[in-house]
Amino acid sequence: MSDNTTHTIQLTLKPGQHDGDGQRVAEAAARHLGLATGRVRSAALYTVRYPLSETQLHDFATRCLADPVLHDVRLNELTGAEGFATYILVARRPGVTDDEGTSAQNALADILNEPLDVHTQHIFSKKLYLLENDLPESDLRRIAEELLGNKLINWLEVGRVADGIRDYTPRPGGGAEAITEVISLTGRSDAELVQLSKENIYALNLEEMQAVRDHFAAAETQAERQAAGLPADPTDCELEIIAQTWSEHCKHKEFSALINYKDLATGEEKQVDSLFKTYIKDATAEVDRQLRANGNDWLVKVFSDNAGAVRINPDSLFVWKVETHNSPSAIDPYGGAITGILGNNRDPLATGIGGARLLFNTNVLCFGNPEYDGPLLTGQLHPRRILEGVRKGIEDGGNKSGVPTVNGAIVFDDRYAGKPLVYCGTGAVMPMQFAGKDSWEKNIDAGDRIIMAGGRVGKDGIHGATFSSIELDETAPATAVQIGSPITQKLAMDFLLLAARRGLLKCSTDNGAGGLSSSVGELAGISGGAVVELEKVPLKYPGLRPWEIFVSESQERFTLVVEPGKMAEITALGQEMEVELTDIGHFTADGFLDVRFDGAPVARLNMHFLHEGVPRKILEAEWTRPALTEPTFTSPPDPLSRGEGAPDMHSIEPSGSPLRGRGAGGEVSQPRIALPADYTETLTQLLGSLNICSRESVIRQYDHEVKGRTIVKPLMGATGQAPQDAAVVRFNFESWEGVAVSNGIIPRYGDLDAYDMSAGSFDEAVRQIIAVGGKLPNLTPGDGIFWSVNDNFCVPDSVYDATSNPDGKQKLAKLVRMCEALRDATAAYCIPLTSGKDSMKNDFKADGVKISVPPTVLYSMTAKMEDVRRAVTSDFKQADDVVYLLGETHDELGGSDFYALHGQLGANVPKVDFAKAKALYTLVGQANDQRLIQSCHDLSDGGLAVALAETTFGYGYGAEIDLPAAGLPLATQLFSESHSRFLATVAPEDVVAFEQLLGSRATRLGRVTLDGQLTVRHAGQPVISANTATLRAAWTNGPVNKLLGVVSKDNLSHSNSL
Amino acid sequence: MQALILTGFGINCEEEFAAAYRLAGAEATIVHLNQVLHGQVSIHDFDILNFPGGFSFGDDLGSGVVLANKLRYRQNGPHGRTLLDDIKQFIANGKFVFGICNGFQVLVKLGLLPNLGGNVVPEVTLTHNASGRYEDRWVTLRVNPASNTPFLNGMDRLEVPVRHGEGRLVIPDAATQAAIETAGLNCLTYADFDGSATDVYPFNPNGAALNCAGLTDPTGQVFGLMPHPEAFLSAYNHPDWARRRRQSPEASEEGEGLQIFKNIVAHIAQKNTSTAPAAQLANQH
Repeated sequence: MSDNTTHTIQLTLKPGQHDGDGQRVAEAAARHLGLATGRVRSAALYTVRYPLSETQLHDFATRCLADPVLHDVRLNELTGAEGFATYILVARRPGVTDDEGTSAQNALADILNEPLDVHTQHIFSKKLYLLENDLPESDLRRIAEELLGNKLINWLEVGRVADGIRDYTPRPGGGAEAITEVISLTGRSDAELVQLSKENIYALNLEEMQAVRDHFAAAETQAERQAAGLPADPTDCELEIIAQTWSEHCKHKEFSALINYKDLATGEEKQVDSLFKTYIKDATAEVDRQLRANGNDWLVKVFSDNAGAVRINPDSLFVWKVETHNSPSAIDPYGGAITGILGNNRDPLATGIGGARLLFNTNVLCFGNPEYDGPLLTGQLHPRRILEGVRKGIEDGGNKSGVPTVNGAIVFDDRYAGKPLVYCGTGAVMPMQFAGKDSWEKNIDAGDRIIMAGGRVGKDGIHGATFSSIELDETAPATAVQIGSPITQKLAMDFLLLAARRGLLKCSTDNGAGGLSSSVGELAGISGGAVVELEKVPLKYPGLRPWEIFVSESQERFTLVVEPGKMAEITALGQEMEVELTDIGHFTADGFLDVRFDGAPVARLNMHFLHEGVPRKILEAEWTRPALTEPTFTSPPDPLSRGEGAPDMHSIEPSGSPLRGRGAGGEVSQPRIALPADYTETLTQLLGSLNICSRESVIRQYDHEVKGRTIVKPLMGATGQAPQDAAVVRFNFESWEGVAVSNGIIPRYGDLDAYDMSAGSFDEAVRQIIAVGGKLPNLTPGDGIFWSVNDNFCVPDSVYDATSNPDGKQKLAKLVRMCEALRDATAAYCIPLTSGKDSMKNDFKADGVKISVPPTVLYSMTAKMEDVRRAVTSDFKQADDVVYLLGETHDELGGSDFYALHGQLGANVPKVDFAKAKALYTLVGQANDQRLIQSCHDLSDGGLAVALAETTFGYGYGAEIDLPAAGLPLATQLFSESHSRFLATVAPEDVVAFEQLLGSRATRLGRVTLDGQLTVRHAGQPVISANTATLRAAWTNGPVNKLLGVVSKDNLSHSNSL
Repeated sequence: MQALILTGFGINCEEEFAAAYRLAGAEATIVHLNQVLHGQVSIHDFDILNFPGGFSFGDDLGSGVVLANKLRYRQNGPHGRTLLDDIKQFIANGKFVFGICNGFQVLVKLGLLPNLGGNVVPEVTLTHNASGRYEDRWVTLRVNPASNTPFLNGMDRLEVPVRHGEGRLVIPDAATQAAIETAGLNCLTYADFDGSATDVYPFNPNGAALNCAGLTDPTGQVFGLMPHPEAFLSAYNHPDWARRRRQSPEASEEGEGLQIFKNIVAHIAQKNTSTAPAAQLANQH
């Protein structure tokens, strides 16, 4: 059945061996699709397209691929098994990364002891599932497409075993097509220009297309082109380069736009001359001025490279970057997330010269409700599937790279059901100098060689930069999807580290969005031009046009700048470490980006036009305060209204229209909340709610301690179940210096006021770092405590259009307000932004419906910890320690999880008083200097009540708490989410010193007890009385752990220390 | 005492592995596997050969498989010698081999562990956790008193993190299992809060046969385990460190995992001192 060049190897488990994979498929089909498969048996398939003798094939299969304990081997037969009626075969489409195939190829070369031609894929890995039940083809397809594969990347065969199992092996590519076409813009009408942009996914608007047309029509351009032998009209490659460089993704046109802002209530009007410049760049410049005036000159590089850099000490820099990968994750969650992680890793890796050592990852994810059970739009993936795929992508991307995922967050809101938000952050450490050169500088001179390193180029990821700059619809192109290869990148990363330390790199950059076009295009800005010879670029398979080679976003690639004299040494190092290096051209200083294929011109673009020629946008913003009403409490309680249960907290209409006005829309009377006398049930419900419950099942599948430096992990305590506010990681094994890492994100407050949402998110991230023992910057001259913040804005389309985006002006006003809060926060705390990103079109449109994300901003913060041994964790440490509430509680239940539990939004959004917050944080830092604080937990979702419960989760402690009768209503005291507050404990012997230091900012609440009972009294009457193990079980057995299949038994400790 | 630590191809725990030896007073050299395969570095210049954790070759064909395959089949130099040939010689010379996590998987798939038959063929395997998931969590290990390996000298219990998806030991038949138990090669077992061996998840995180977390060969010179002692070099690595230090502020700042490295460093140092004259003599000839 096969010639001697194509072979099939099938590995099945020996009888009696546990088939976990098969079992999971059966369970998932029943649980998520309601399909009964019967038993499922899994098998691994390898198709080998390489001439092998029978003996060689047998040896390879039995010695390299099969585990002698586990597997039976079948050669060259694709057969089912007794008792299995149907099958699903999962293969990859042509050109999709196949790491298993590559590794098998590696093994084949080893056993044959001969080098295999690495330019060809010889081995293709697949999976075969045999199902007991005779399911109809439509059901098999559902299992195949919804559980086992993704149509965009997988080839799926299904059917009856009796009809024969259909195999599929990709045959990628055709002949080389070195065709460059010319596209005439002259004489095209406006409509035709727009149509051309749309058809080619240029994502350029009319004005931009006109600017391109006019540039090429200009006499000067024509003369230059004629002299250089280029056609009068632009080539396909030139238009692609311009589209990529001018994409929103790369150029941030909306953050640079001129915005006319109008407050409709006050009539106030103002003009914002670039959000980025006004609120981010200038704000940071002002912070830097204050820092330097006080002898704190640790801000080394901001906004001008792949990642920002701050100085840790005289020898090293901390480099870090957070960015998003939303659009790809929406259509291929696994691939989107893994390339997000690996791509973001490349940013700190390729900052300055390059070669930083990665220290940690942190990821923040926003999803729709995973328990959603309604219909899906065309092309929309179920939120559960997106959650599971993204989670797996982060697992593989982080774990396989050996980078610990030290913390993160997951936020659920139905408005993320169209586009999820996938924020990936990576911190790294770089020596101040490599071989005598400042590591953070990027210098390039004419004559330096352009080297592509790492993976090869295929059709994957073509148009990623432009595609992510438009809203997503059902026609999303398959080529925008990429699968990452962590192993390829790990090899490149190891190589980069050594090459930098040996002084072989002049500098480097990442090949991410826009591929070579972006990386070479940007680097060429330093020297003033470049010549690229595209025929030299190594391809995964033939058949790519020159423009495709130039803009392809195939992963795991770096562009290196190497002085000609160092080529021999770096080439040898690449060979030794099995990293492919290719010399693809050189830098020039003639002002042109010059791209050729086999000597023929493919593109020749004026660098100034390319980087500065994009027309500036002028946008309109209109702010109206939403009409909001606070609900009233019904008290004393009506016993009949008790136990009505939590209304659906996820009933937000997926139309993208914001929550505001719900419960206040005029047709609804004054909303009421019936209060219970006993809040134990309310607390239990909150702990088990989607946005508060434990994420342990996710956290534990990420390696959070590889490298052995993680000091505060996401979950701590003897139980391993006490949630922490920020991670703390030490830099190395020689000192105790380290960094605290936190994330602030509270999108739901944006429904009340985008300014307060942004301010609150910033404060949340700051107070998390204060909670773990960090200190604010610049409090004392020359203290050297760096802070480094990444801002990441993810908003719906905020450009007004009368028909397609009628509320665009309101959306843009929200963005302006978010930025205003950012400026105010950085100034108040003297905390600088060092890098950031904005993602402007987070809408999903299909079947005439648009799902838009709520305007969201994430502040990812890092701060230096002088001694990680002084870190403070959130959980109670000892009985009789005194419990304090630090900070002020206000009547701020608006947007709270407590209101959400009752189906209300409210009006009183928590506000940040920066001056008070800063004073408190300064005092907490002083208390930590004196080692007065034993535990500290920041108050956020669910307020004081949830924080009290969580601080008992680490051991078996309880607490006795007394809340004052006077002042705020009890429900407000328990559940208000006022910012800038902590729950802290102090040893009895330190109480006097602590109270003297904190004064009125600390409110004594009670004490820690040994009995594992949480008792809260109000005016002397118990209002919460719960066993803390029961509370922990409610939290642990919440929907996230249930969904991912990790549910602990009641009272079963996850650690054996108890 | 000189420790050689291999890296490259997806190995990712080499830095903490080296730090462990340095903290234990030895010298540690991290070397790319190709430098050994291509003969630029000889394992014989070292006292102990170390296989760190990570995802060698992405664990694509099963954890440790491709790396083990390379050591067994890749012929280096003109004489068709494999690195496995060198490792066998290395062990015969009385030297030590240590594998953690992915490194342990490599040693098992090579057949260096448990190596009951002495002919270095795979006798047991490590495969997907019973839970079907990769997990990072802390466990307690109990040292088998019958174990003769110097790595675990004087140790009884040890807390360490596991971080793996394929750590379930599978022993194909009763005879092999009996032989392992009789020789005390199952040197570490997952234990519950009493310190007794347990098959209960999550105390036993992967469902391993014999609740076994680590193996030695009959000589005790080759040792491997799934959990990560090199991730517990400082007391501040433990998830409960803050409460424990409150209880015992004067307790050592060392992590429990470091003891394994101190043990083997002391053992080799002692062995080198006692055999040094003989070695010198040999060199003179």
